[in-house]
Order: sequence, then C-alpha cells, then structure tokens
Amino acid sequence: MATATGIHHRTYRAELRLRHTKAEWARLAIIVVLLLVVPYLLNTYWLGIANSILIAVIGAVGLNILVGFTGQISLGQGGFLAVGAYTSAIASTRLGLPVPVAVIVAVFVTAGIGALFGLPALRLKGLYLAIATLASQEIIMFVVRRWGFLTEDKGYIEVPRFGFIERETFEIQWYWILLPITFLAVLMARNVFRSSLGRSFMAVRDQDIAAEAIGVNITRAKVTAFALSSGFVGLSGALSAYYTETVTWERFTLDVSVLYLAMIIVGGLGSIAGSVYGAIFMMLLPALLTELGDQVGDSIPFLSDQLPAIKNALFGAAIITFLLIEPRGLDRIWTRVKDYVRFWPFRY
Amino acid sequence: MLGRAYVHALNSSTVPEGQPALEISNIELRFGGVVALHDVGFTVTQGHIHAVIGPNGAGKSSLLNCVSGLYHPQVGKAILHTGDGGHHELTKLPPHRIARLGVARSFQNIELFSHLTVLENLMLGRHTHMKHGVLQSLLWFGPAQNQEISHRGIVEEVIDLLSLQAFRHKPVGSLAYGIQKRVELGRALVLQPSLLLLDEPMAGMNAEEKEDMARYVLDVHELAGVTVILIEHDMAVVMDISDRVSVLDFGRLIADGTPAEVKTNPAVVEAYLGAEEH
Repeated sequence: MATATGIHHRTYRAELRLRHTKAEWARLAIIVVLLLVVPYLLNTYWLGIANSILIAVIGAVGLNILVGFTGQISLGQGGFLAVGAYTSAIASTRLGLPVPVAVIVAVFVTAGIGALFGLPALRLKGLYLAIATLASQEIIMFVVRRWGFLTEDKGYIEVPRFGFIERETFEIQWYWILLPITFLAVLMARNVFRSSLGRSFMAVRDQDIAAEAIGVNITRAKVTAFALSSGFVGLSGALSAYYTETVTWERFTLDVSVLYLAMIIVGGLGSIAGSVYGAIFMMLLPALLTELGDQVGDSIPFLSDQLPAIKNALFGAAIITFLLIEPRGLDRIWTRVKDYVRFWPFRY
Repeated sequence: MLGRAYVHALNSSTVPEGQPALEISNIELRFGGVVALHDVGFTVTQGHIHAVIGPNGAGKSSLLNCVSGLYHPQVGKAILHTGDGGHHELTKLPPHRIARLGVARSFQNIELFSHLTVLENLMLGRHTHMKHGVLQSLLWFGPAQNQEISHRGIVEEVIDLLSLQAFRHKPVGSLAYGIQKRVELGRALVLQPSLLLLDEPMAGMNAEEKEDMARYVLDVHELAGVTVILIEHDMAVVMDISDRVSVLDFGRLIADGTPAEVKTNPAVVEAYLGAEEH
C-alpha cells in the first residue's frame, strides 16, 4: 500500500510484485500504449530498426544474465547467435519442422552448446575466461564457415518468408510477431532474478567462496547460467534468421560479440531493464547519426565524403561520454531521474 | 546447562545434548612444505560453545576451512554426527554438500554478497532448502513465488532476532562493518544450522559492538541450543562465553579443556606470554 509516508506492504506476496505504486503502473501503461501506437507512426525504415532492436533486446538480456548477473565475462555472443540462427534455419528448411518448433529446438541446442563452452568457466575467471570464450567464438565461426554440410556448400542458407507475411506490410507484421516474444522474454528474465536460481547466480558473481559455503553448487550454477543465457541468445539468433531470411556467417563475427558487450555495459550490468536500454541505444544511435549526417551533409560539402568515418567517431565518443557520466549505465541514470522527480522540490 | 525437550527451528541437529556432535581426529594439512595443521584432534559436544584460540597463524581458520570443506586435509577426519546415530565424514565432501548437512559458517573477512540487499543475502542462506528449477524460475507464478513467500518466515524471524529490520532492503556493501558482521551471522542462522562455525565474529569491533555480538551469539545459543565453534582473539570474551576451549599454536593442539583449565595450562601461558627464563 502506497501512502504519503512511503510504501507499506501488508503481505510478502504484495512486496514481491514488480510494481507497487500507481505511478509505476501508469508508467508501464504509457510504455505499453507507446509500443502499440509506434508502428502506425513510423515509416518502414524506422520500423525495420525497431524490429532489429526487439531482436537485439533478447540477445542483450541473455548476455547480461551471464556477464552482468553471474559475473562470467563472455566474448562468444556472436557464436551463440550463429548457433541459434543456423539451427533454426536448418531445422525448418531441411528437416521441415514447423517454425515455432524449429525456434524451440534452436533455443535448446544453443543452451546445450552454451553449457558446453561454459565448462572452462569452472576453472577460469575474469580475463582468462574472456580469452576462453573468445576461443569458443572463433571455434563456432570456423565450424559454420567451413562445414559445408550446414549450408549445403552454398555458404549461406535461404529461409523462406512466412506465408502470411505480405511484401508491403513486412515490417509491421514482423513488429507484431516480435513485440510479444520480446516482452515475454524480458519478463521471464526478470522473473529469474526474483527467485532462488537468479539469486544463486548473483551470489557466484559477488563471492564465490561464500556461495559455496552456504550450499550453492557453483559448478551447477555456472553451467546453468551459461545454458540459460545461451537459450536467450539462441532465441534472438533464431528470430533474426527468419526476419532477415538469409543466414550467413558474416553477421555473427567477433564485432557482434563486442557490440553486445557494449550494449550491456552502456545499459547497465546486472540489470534487465539496463539490457533493454542498452540495446535500444546501441541500435538507434548509428541510425540517428546517419540521419544527422544526411541532414547536415549538404550544408558542409567539404566533409560529406568523410561522413561515415565521422559517424563512427561520434558513435565511439557518445559511448565514452555516457560511461564517464554514469559508469553504471543508462539504468542508473533512469533511477536517478526518478529519484529527482520523487523528491522534488526537496533536493538533497 | 538447561536441558531441552524440544528442537528449535534454528537448530537442525537432533543429537542429544552432551553427546559428541563433531569429532576432529589427527588432522594434518600441508601447503607444499608448510605444515598448517599437525595432528589436531578434539571433540565438540552438542550444545556447547566451543572456542578455538591461538596466536596469529596458529591454524585456527585453516581448521575451520577443513570442517567446512574449503580445504581438504591430507590426513585425518572431521566426522559430523546426526541424531539418528549416523555420521558424515566432512573431510571427504565438497563445501555445498557440507552446507546441506547444516554446517553453516561466517568468515573472518566478511564475505557477503555485497551488491545484494540484506534480505537477499539472508534468502541465499535458505538456498539449500529451496528448489532452483529453471522453468519454475522463468514462470515465477506458482512454485517459485510460493517458495519465496514460505521461506520468508524464518528469514524474518532471524531479522527480528538480530535487529536487522532497519537494513532489510539496503545493499550490504553500504552497511557499517558491525552490521555486516551481524548479517553474516544471520545468513548462517537461516540455514538452520546443525553446527555453527564463527570465524572471529568480533574482530575489529569496539567494546560495545563486541558486547552486542557476544549477546547475539549467546541468544542464539540459549534460544536454539545450536552447537557453536567460535574462533576469537579476545580472551575475556572467550573465557566468558565458551563451555570448552581448544588452543592451537603453530598448527598443533597444545591444550583442550574448560576455560578455567586452559587459563592455567603452562603450555598456553607460554604460547601467549612467552616462557619464563629458568
């Protein structure tokens, strides 16, 4: 129960809810309304970016489960996305499985492979683990590039478009497919971290020896974290396969792993909401910078041929600025904004 | 000592009072050429506060680490007795299995989960009693939620017992040292220990905080009858609250007896005050 003196819970069940006050519910309602209206306000180009964001959010949440919540740094994100994409594409085009089944198969296969490549984490920590996961990235890349069986020696897999998707309404139809999936995935990830499984991940991150001493099976916790994280990443990869309609190895290189790491660092490590903000930021910023370049390009002709390079530099500068202002990411900035409004006009 | 006709919720051992709860026998622990513990053995009696004292580097924490499974001694055993007459050889088990038997501990240098709140730290103390299925966690509604609610009861009981109400939702990293020590005691208690290992719970505290902490340890002991192994440097505290004292020096057991016996033991006096010139 929220009163002027604070929030007073009457039951544990009430306290465990994700939202307690009317303001929080109102904020959620505004976001939901915005998400429902957005596709009718955006043109096809921006809607395409919105769809890429929705897919990236799932991947970023998955990576944050591993890096931000369990403290196991991973550079293998691109590889696990590739496993999800290739598995679902092969399952639905060559094995003839229905798409939902193929996606679920992809989630489980990626989870399994993630758990396998997570085994070095039982012995390695920090930078050493980063190098081990870098190896897993390169191993997976090597396999998908060289194993002709995967692409039937074509080098790529073509995934047929869903029958019900029309050419003109492609993006908006995909938006309605992706939005509920992403929403559920984010909610489920949030659920994990208010139950005992997620708490044991955070215990491993903060103090692994103490975690062991209170009864957390560290081996199990780490392998489960790798599997769960990779499951989300696999889902993201599988969706991207159907959305882009072609699967090629170029979309899953080390750059992608680094981009996703940047998303969760900018958004906020160890925060589900942060992963969402980070994914939006990192996917939106390049598009906005391109837009900006197009607008000012004509007025400064001597720079127009340098625009792509300037865009990259600005992208980097924006990230550094954000990290300097708030190392704990966008999620923390948002919390501070909320606190400011809550305490206004009494600032201290 | 009071006899008990009941078993308190915070004590999961059913060994009758006065019977041996933990038997440590001729433990030898080496790190390379360094012998940390040499032929150490004593028995901890159910219902006792059993102090382990000794100068710095005597091997007290190493001994505790052997009991809780963080170190594995090359020779010797630590055997935990259960109420039904069975026993477990702790020195052969990994730490999380030992925790499942109800052996709970605190650490000399606070080892809390610093980014989590007091409540989350204490709920983690319930880990061995909870289920951790991936599917039920993803879904939340149903078993995961019910489990959170049902385990909250004992956690709140410990919060009340240790006066942690005001800090319930604070991240432990932001709390004062003395409070953190208390949270660590609480985290061990919610496990419903059969044996409680406290590694210098009063280190670095002023007289008043020490008194508080001693009171909490005594409360827990009197209320629940939990068997406690206590490592402590403060002689006054040890002599006041413990039923039995074992003294280590350079990895060897040099005395084992009641506080009064130990205080006058010549070997102990020598270890602490130095030998008199003859």
